[in-house]
Amino acid sequence: MKTVLLSFPLLFLILLGINLIFVSSRPTPMVNQLIISSIGDASYLNPVLAQDSASSDINGLVFNGLIKYNRDLQGFVGDLAESWEIRPGPEPEITFFLRRGVLWHDGKPFSAEDVKFTYDKIMDEKTQTVRRSDYELVKKVEVVDPYTFRVTYKQPFSPGLGTWGIGILPKHRLEKEDINTTSFNRSPIGTGPFRFVEWVSDEKIVLEANPRYFEGRPQLDRIIYRIIPETSLSEMELLTRGVDYYGVLPHQYQRMNEIPFLKIYSQPSLSYTYIGYNLKNPLFQDKRVRQALTHAIHREEIVQYVLYGFGNVISGPFPSHLWYYNPNVKPLPYDPVKAKKLLTEAGWRDTDGDGVLDREGKPFRFKLITNSGNDIRRDVGVLVQRQLRELGIDVTFETYEWSVFLKNFINAKHFDACILGWSLSPDPDDYMIWHSSQIEKGFNFISYVNPEADRLWEEGRKEYDLERRRKIYWRIHELIAEDQPYTFLFSPIGISALQKKFVLVERDPSGREIYRPIQMEKAGLMYDLIKWYVPRGIVMEK
Amino acid sequence: MKGSGTISQFKLIWKYFKRNRLALGGLTIIIAIFFVAGTAPLLAPYDPGKTEVSLKLKPPSLKHFLGTDQLGRDVFSRMLYGSRISLSVGFVAVGISIFIGILVGAIAGYYGRWVDSLLMRLVDVMFCFPTFFLILTVVALLGPSIFNIMVVIGLTSWMGTARFVRAEFLSLRERDFVQAARALGVNDRRIIFRHILPNALAPVFVTATLDVATAILVEAGLSFLGFGVQPPAPSWGNILTEGRTYIFDAWWLTVFPGLAILLTVLSFNLVGEGLRDSLDPRLRGRR
Amino acid sequence: MTRFLFKRLLQLFITLIGISILSWIIITQAPGSPIALTMDPKVSPKIIEQMEKNYDLDKPIYQQYFLWLKKLFTGKLYSFKDGRPVLEKIGERIWNTLLLNLVATLIIFSLAIPLGVFSARRPYSFLDNLGTFGAYLGLSIPGFWLAYLVILATVKLFGYPVLGLRSFVIEGLSPPEIVLDRIWHLMLPASIMAIHGIAGLSRYTRSSMLEVIRQDYIRTAKSKGLPEEVVYYKHALRNALLPIITLFGFLIPGLIGGSIIMESVFAWPGIGRLAYQAVLARDYPVVMTILTISAVLTLIGNFIADLLYGVADPRIRYQ
Repeated sequence: MKTVLLSFPLLFLILLGINLIFVSSRPTPMVNQLIISSIGDASYLNPVLAQDSASSDINGLVFNGLIKYNRDLQGFVGDLAESWEIRPGPEPEITFFLRRGVLWHDGKPFSAEDVKFTYDKIMDEKTQTVRRSDYELVKKVEVVDPYTFRVTYKQPFSPGLGTWGIGILPKHRLEKEDINTTSFNRSPIGTGPFRFVEWVSDEKIVLEANPRYFEGRPQLDRIIYRIIPETSLSEMELLTRGVDYYGVLPHQYQRMNEIPFLKIYSQPSLSYTYIGYNLKNPLFQDKRVRQALTHAIHREEIVQYVLYGFGNVISGPFPSHLWYYNPNVKPLPYDPVKAKKLLTEAGWRDTDGDGVLDREGKPFRFKLITNSGNDIRRDVGVLVQRQLRELGIDVTFETYEWSVFLKNFINAKHFDACILGWSLSPDPDDYMIWHSSQIEKGFNFISYVNPEADRLWEEGRKEYDLERRRKIYWRIHELIAEDQPYTFLFSPIGISALQKKFVLVERDPSGREIYRPIQMEKAGLMYDLIKWYVPRGIVMEK
Repeated sequence: MKGSGTISQFKLIWKYFKRNRLALGGLTIIIAIFFVAGTAPLLAPYDPGKTEVSLKLKPPSLKHFLGTDQLGRDVFSRMLYGSRISLSVGFVAVGISIFIGILVGAIAGYYGRWVDSLLMRLVDVMFCFPTFFLILTVVALLGPSIFNIMVVIGLTSWMGTARFVRAEFLSLRERDFVQAARALGVNDRRIIFRHILPNALAPVFVTATLDVATAILVEAGLSFLGFGVQPPAPSWGNILTEGRTYIFDAWWLTVFPGLAILLTVLSFNLVGEGLRDSLDPRLRGRR
Repeated sequence: MTRFLFKRLLQLFITLIGISILSWIIITQAPGSPIALTMDPKVSPKIIEQMEKNYDLDKPIYQQYFLWLKKLFTGKLYSFKDGRPVLEKIGERIWNTLLLNLVATLIIFSLAIPLGVFSARRPYSFLDNLGTFGAYLGLSIPGFWLAYLVILATVKLFGYPVLGLRSFVIEGLSPPEIVLDRIWHLMLPASIMAIHGIAGLSRYTRSSMLEVIRQDYIRTAKSKGLPEEVVYYKHALRNALLPIITLFGFLIPGLIGGSIIMESVFAWPGIGRLAYQAVLARDYPVVMTILTISAVLTLIGNFIADLLYGVADPRIRYQ
């Protein structure tokens, strides 16, 4: 009995020893593949249903839309559509001329029927998709012929073109299925450069090159998404070369930059973090108070210490590196003296000497909330609380779980001030965040009303000309910066690390390979993913 | 009739407890932690919430005994205040669970029959839930405030106490002094609370002490998953969790809170086991 | 005997219903919703309402409960998070958790029992006290903290892959190497999970043995000249182990709860992690099903434990 029991741990130790010897002698294979680290598992490999970034990233490789943004995020290039025509008017039309000879991953041909099918599915109320609002202004669609697809809008709507970047679904595979629960969502078929191989839940998703891709076979053989939920652990995998590409956190940059086999890239992101003030609260109704609050918060310090410098302080509601951000509007400087002055002008003084400003007997006290699970917002909240405290404003700071936070506080408009962020699309139309019609049921949960801005938002989404649009959004930027309904904190700079063995490859007429380094584009590092390659035996230098 | 038995009982327990060096050590540490928690404002060299970003992530030094965190706050001061949270969660949660446990166990053990059956069925149901998962679910859904955490832990750990108390009641119920009281017409409630209960309490102390240890571990576990006491309030659990991201840059954010939790939990376990040994007549003889 | 069985099963069934109703109330009463998790500024709330309707979330609670039951038994229960059949999601992960727990249990029993017996043979000696202290230490250490430190140490010192079910780069490894790799990945989390159990069980074994040793029949066996090994392991241990059988019943709810943290730290794809993610995503179908399955398993486990106990100890009989 005793021997039986003791043999087990002995066996364990022996196996451990053998394993130690084996594993340590394993060489790192030079395989032509890309391993990407992902914090979360994907949910739906279906572009119509997916909401999370893990799913969207993969869908971007497996599916194509009709068009896609160009590398500067300022215009479009054709994807499944070779070209398109916009016919302006009170009911504008976009006619897409589709590529011929595109095949689905199962070999069947792609046609305009698939596009119509995708649109119908999106508009079907039973489909659990959030994308429907993108197409609400569509009056009708028609399949003119198998390679021509026409959309007619109820009114001019310039963001409309961008919405046709959505991945197109195969009609032949899905027409008889319930799209919400079909096994297709675990095992998709698209037209994209990579096709689906397997998905092991919570472990990995494997894609391989599509040899019949219409832009030519991608140079990489495989792409693997590894799901590693902890950032410190995925950092370790990066160091042991178990992962090739990784989204780096600001505090890791220093360490990552010193690793010889990694190249670090950075790029401003399409998102920004802000403090939103509930404008229905009398505390925040005076513009001077809001401006004072912005002056009192040391945003540069936040960027320097919380983001390690990887952020830009922005002055308005747009990402700082895109065409519609108004560079002439400068962020309000950190100036606690001016803040104090503005508050005094607005009637706030410390009349009873308790260290807290008051007006008409009421102290300047409010609750700042944000969602839990976000380290940066948490740290920002603590810092802001301290900085405002020095000014005599009593702020309590609390975090809540995301789902509760949204439903009970934000959507119910039951809050004083909140720290949140917006993750925007390349199109400037943020009507649903800022227009006064969106206060009741939209995302204007701070209840901001500005008639001139309202008018401009409406014009902006009807205007198709880029330069005219630019003027409109620059003016909106000025108005919002003046009003400070948010304190715009910063727009983070995204950092990523990639193993140096990856290059871009092109073949010249004689078939020789030409290597170029991978560059960061506004549209992202992976814009030219189909050209990525791991050369055999050749090590790419910096 | 009432008090004399209990006091001499305590004296006896203390006599045996004293001989157990490990348990004594645990008790000393617990007293020390209580002292620290109580005098935290006096002992803390810095304001635990004071941020000083230029001093972020500094290793332990003479100025900052346990280093600073990512916002430049002094870890030593935060740990001192954090002891308050750990101890209060432990005690309040266990207080609640003891209260419920005694109530349920006493009623079940005294009245017996269908009341007992029903209540024990309830105990079975509670045991069927994977406790930690249940706590996590409820706290996640209702919001991780310190109050919710205490209450939920309390509501999910009373079953052990209930069983012990019930067992004691079942055996004590038939004893002479109880029969005598009943014959004299003393009402049930008095019998339960003034006569039987003081004699049934001994095992409860043991479970209570051990449960405090468990409760502190549970709070730390909840913090690890993001559902413990929320920042900016300092608890050992959330200092550990916040430090997770910086584990390569600031080992002190992980090591010190973990050690604090370990030490505290260990002390409670040692005291609890010491109590158990002292109370067990069969083991007493040995020493 | 059959009457007893029947009565017990009926009790179990009623308990189960009670549990599921209680669970349902807790979960659905809680704030937050599975749909409104999106903050995409392009989504109109009208659509969110429609989506909630598609999930029957606008119906009264008791109706939703019955719908859940119906869908569960007709196999049409789908997760809110990714539209997959709930049973499929649970099915692919439950074996991982069971495996982990099984191995942890084996480690616990194979180390704790000899330790306990060893301690019991030399009570209050230096080694015994050392073992006692070690056991207390093991009971008190926060598991995730230890796990974290161990993972870090392993990776920093040896550069080893420790996460998940298996090493990633396993192209071109021979089958025995693959098996070894999986065992390695299994051992580390199982061992850390086992520490708590080893500590507890060794103490329990020790005290149980101490009680048994004092009994007359042991002294008889010793005086008969039987070798120590036989006395302790064959006679004493068998009787000391009886109460341990009941521990099996409680092992099973521990499966799910205890695993949550370990599975998160080790990125182990099991139901603990699934349950945790489901709670965050308000994936009611998954959460309910896991709670119910866990309750079923526990009740079965208790039932079996009771039966085994009755078989093992002739002194126990049922009224």
